[in-house]
Amino acid sequence: MKKTYKIDVDCANCANKMEEAAKKTPGVKDATVNFMALKMIVEFEEGQEAKSVMQEVRKNCKKVEDDCEIFL
Amino acid sequence: MSRKQKKMLIRVLIAAVLLIALQFIPTDGALRLILYLIPYLVIGYDILLKALKGIKNCQVFDESFLMAVATIGAIALALHEQSGDYTEAVAVMLFYQIGELFQSYAVGKSRRNISDLMDIRPDYANVERDGRLEQVDPDEVEIGTVIVVQPGEKVPIDGIVLEGASSLNTSALTGESLPRDVKEGDEIISGCINMSGLLKIRTTKEFGESTVSKILDLVENASSRKSKSEEFIAKFARVYTPAVCYAALALAVLPPLVRMLGLGLPADWDNWIGRALTFLVISCPCALVISIPLSFFAGIGGASAAGVLVKGSNYMETLSKTKVVVFDKTGTLTRGVFEVNGIHHSELEDEKLLEYAALAESASSHPISKSIQKAYGKEIDRSRVTDIREISGGGVTAKVDGIEVAAGNDKLMKQLGIEYISCRSVGTIVHMAINGSYAGHIVISDVVKPHSREAVQALKAAGIRKTVMLTGDRRQVAEKVAADLGVDEVCSELLPADKVEKVEELIQKKSEKEKLAFVGDGINDAPVLSRADIGIAMGAMGSDAAIEAADVVLMDDDPLKIAKAIKISRKCLRIVYQNIVFAIGIKLLFLALGALGIANMWMAIFADVGVMIIAVLNAIRALFVKKL
Repeated sequence: MKKTYKIDVDCANCANKMEEAAKKTPGVKDATVNFMALKMIVEFEEGQEAKSVMQEVRKNCKKVEDDCEIFL
Repeated sequence: MSRKQKKMLIRVLIAAVLLIALQFIPTDGALRLILYLIPYLVIGYDILLKALKGIKNCQVFDESFLMAVATIGAIALALHEQSGDYTEAVAVMLFYQIGELFQSYAVGKSRRNISDLMDIRPDYANVERDGRLEQVDPDEVEIGTVIVVQPGEKVPIDGIVLEGASSLNTSALTGESLPRDVKEGDEIISGCINMSGLLKIRTTKEFGESTVSKILDLVENASSRKSKSEEFIAKFARVYTPAVCYAALALAVLPPLVRMLGLGLPADWDNWIGRALTFLVISCPCALVISIPLSFFAGIGGASAAGVLVKGSNYMETLSKTKVVVFDKTGTLTRGVFEVNGIHHSELEDEKLLEYAALAESASSHPISKSIQKAYGKEIDRSRVTDIREISGGGVTAKVDGIEVAAGNDKLMKQLGIEYISCRSVGTIVHMAINGSYAGHIVISDVVKPHSREAVQALKAAGIRKTVMLTGDRRQVAEKVAADLGVDEVCSELLPADKVEKVEELIQKKSEKEKLAFVGDGINDAPVLSRADIGIAMGAMGSDAAIEAADVVLMDDDPLKIAKAIKISRKCLRIVYQNIVFAIGIKLLFLALGALGIANMWMAIFADVGVMIIAVLNAIRALFVKKL
């Protein structure tokens, strides 16, 4: 399952860091951050609840880049 | 400017004024430090806070952290040396923030520029309710609703014209300003601008499925498919910052130790730590990381404004490496519609012959008959035709106004025992016999598009090594068209499955680095489009299948756009490589100069911010594709 989320982040490198952080989150199969369109596309693993996984993704992103937001 | 940016601008101005003022106020000791700390904190408090949070979250190689270490280090050094030179630290922070502000502004600006270019999203649809027009959200319009489009408005949803006639401006979709006429019964696609008359349209799709939504979606998501260059830069950035940090640490510690222990010289700690701090300032990979996706984004945006939709940065990259272009003939180089192309050896007036042919063929729905009827152009009076007999695999015989007419191929003429004149023209030949005697023949063939020849030449000029044409058509026809257009190779009489095989063969024959593009109309060549290194679909306006199957979509059916698409991608990639080489080159140069003690922190920050600004400006150049 793939879902797209709107994000807010200021620098391109931070966007890359968010992508890394999202990819490492359990339950996430793959993630892409599109800095230019300010979007995050997350592919979840089979049988995962998108909502709870995204809470974790958001937490992990905040860790690597304090000044970012994912609109859930 | 957003509020965040305005706030930053004010902070930059305050800090700059304070810093300049302090240059003229002679102070020393603790007071001097405190005075300088004011602009430092004004401009850098958020960086310091971020750095602290970074340490808490174990993000040591965070840019904020590095900037904090570099500037605090510089202040500490000034304290230790008692030089009182705090300007450097404040200025570094100031320029760093100016750089960030510029970056954020430039990115926001180009985001808007590109969405302006793609300004085809309709805001509303007019629905007639109780005799009054109401503006509603296009999302809420159901299939089959009748909507009204006034002159000057955008067509919001795909549909069929119920009433009215008008010219449409399709330039937002195709990049061409040639108007397109529509009348009752015509299909109409969203995103066009109605120029002259009032149109009533019955919608055939939901807004989300309409052309305009599909295109916007496609362009917006295109930059999510990352190219190899982007992946390279992301990897590089991950290694670069830590590497520079460790190098800085080594630079601060090793040379003084070697001097002290190995050479017996004074350690000179201050000097080496100063150099190490300079390193930290150059460690931010911003210029690179921002300019590469920005270049692709601008390139994709510019291309879509020209009517070329590239579905991803990765396709942009592949397209730029195209060396072999394979065309499908019908619908790509030719119009794919059969037309009467000539009337030879006619015993009667051409018009008259055509009239007899059209009448005799009036009962048939065969494409050939249709094209004759179309060429005749007038209403067909069926009552004039009697005794129609279709001779399968041959043609028809009928009585028109009581006169015996036979229209068909060689076989039919032989069957009727009529002597005919063979035609040297390429195409389908319809022989005509009237009252049992030969009356000439009509040549029907697929017509080459007006720009096809030019398009092949433009590709050659753009450095395409080989052009190949594939077709299911007869060899004679195919070779004639290929020769006319100047295509290098031609493969004819292919079944759809053969085309995939042929493309695979061509892919094997070329070297790995050269890419093969297949251009088709997306109607029955989807497997070939996906098999080629890059699939280009033409004439996609209104055809979902083509948009789905291809990697690059040309909105109109002008083959000249193929060369244009390749040129756009080359320009974009050129800019990407320029930025990579330039940014990495300058950084490495300044790292070397910093290590040698030639570049100080001032130069380092200029290298960092300056490179970023130049790279961003260069990236935006990819947006301008009009003259290619």
